[in-house]
Amino acid sequence: MNTAIEFQHVTKGFKGASYNAVNDVSLSINEGEFITILGSSGSGKTTLLKMTNRLYDPDSGNIILFGENIRDVDKVLVRRRIGYAIQQVGLLPHMTVAQNIAIVPKLLKWDKKRIEARAHELLELVGLEPKEFSSRYPAQLSGGQQQRIGLARALAADPKIMLLDEPFGAIDAINRLNLQDELKRIHGGLKKTFLFVTHDINEALKLGTRVVVMNEGRVCQFDTPENIAKNPADDFVKSLINSCREQEKFWEGLT
Amino acid sequence: MGEIWSNILLYFENNLDAYLTMLQRHTSLSLRVLAIAICIGMPMGILCILFRKQQKWIVGFFQVLRIIPSLAVLVLSIRLLGIGMGPAITALAFLAIPPILMNTVAGLEEVPFFMLETAKGMGMTELQVWIKVRLPLAFPLILAGVKTATVEIVASATIAALIGAGGLGQIIFQGLSVRRTELLLIGGISVAVLSLTAVLLLDLLDCFLQRYKRGVST
Repeated sequence: MNTAIEFQHVTKGFKGASYNAVNDVSLSINEGEFITILGSSGSGKTTLLKMTNRLYDPDSGNIILFGENIRDVDKVLVRRRIGYAIQQVGLLPHMTVAQNIAIVPKLLKWDKKRIEARAHELLELVGLEPKEFSSRYPAQLSGGQQQRIGLARALAADPKIMLLDEPFGAIDAINRLNLQDELKRIHGGLKKTFLFVTHDINEALKLGTRVVVMNEGRVCQFDTPENIAKNPADDFVKSLINSCREQEKFWEGLT
Repeated sequence: MGEIWSNILLYFENNLDAYLTMLQRHTSLSLRVLAIAICIGMPMGILCILFRKQQKWIVGFFQVLRIIPSLAVLVLSIRLLGIGMGPAITALAFLAIPPILMNTVAGLEEVPFFMLETAKGMGMTELQVWIKVRLPLAFPLILAGVKTATVEIVASATIAALIGAGGLGQIIFQGLSVRRTELLLIGGISVAVLSLTAVLLLDLLDCFLQRYKRGVST
């Protein structure tokens, strides 16, 4: 199997912080995996993600995408090859849904027909009727619909790697579960490598083929959801699992 | 009252050509000043964002200028620049730049950081982020600044008649000097109507450009 993403001793610190945001992280991720990165705020999970598309550059260490050290590739080119979606979505309000989806294909100078066909195909993929939604503006969409468009936009240029930074963080519980299922379905059909950042342990274990647990800039454990649940590597992971168990008890007490 | 009304009618009967010339001069003076103020104010606002350290100085300088009453600026400019259209344009531009400059700065600063970062994350170059994201998102506030400036220009252009730039101010100053109320009314109302018309046109433009906010699809 191909290695899609490799982090080699990646370290990144920010001025004025007492510890490195990301501290000597080494991970090897295969093509087609759905990796979730789980951690509380300040754990370095978002920093790790943003280094993957060079929004930040590491202080030391290397990041290799499909055998290529991204330090040697122009930032703009790296980013155009990678899909990127965030919690706030960031749809451009003055552009229609179709125009938002077309942003990266336009940057890549695809021809008009190909862009239109792609937008149509993607709207269907994310479960929104193209005829109804293409010409809408973001202000006319619900939060869940906006996030679907955010995903479609990130997928537009058919990137091999998708970076997702808590994309469902601001969405209500029911829509969130639907979107999680759909994201899993989308991933299954595309053979893309997903890096998905979340602070929700249920989401991380449900979606990930493997899960990276981070705390204070370090990787505590990188394993399958089953192994993490069965054999937590350290106290931090244990406490995460226990918090889940306690929630379960709470529910049992209620019913 | 009836006498004033008939005097007004009489004025238009005898002086329609002169009136239209003054109206045309007032409008063209205002438009020229507005164009210059936009061409200077907007780029300077952008520079303020690019060079944050200099922002205080640039904004401060124009804010001080703004405190000086328009009349004083115009009268002072006679000393420095002489009389006529040129000095009037220069003096009025100084009054119109601050609202445009400051609203440009405010509009650009208001664009949320995550918007800029997602745009970069999608692979836009710095320039593309400016053209496709920053400026369009700042535009509503910039336009609001242009509106403020327009009102100020149209009103202050009246005083520009004092330094020989012509315009509707001529009627008012003539009315003042010969104590004819109907001239004051004609001049004053004309300036007010001109100003309202300008604002109305800009409002329409604003509505059209911001239709996405109300959620009306094309």
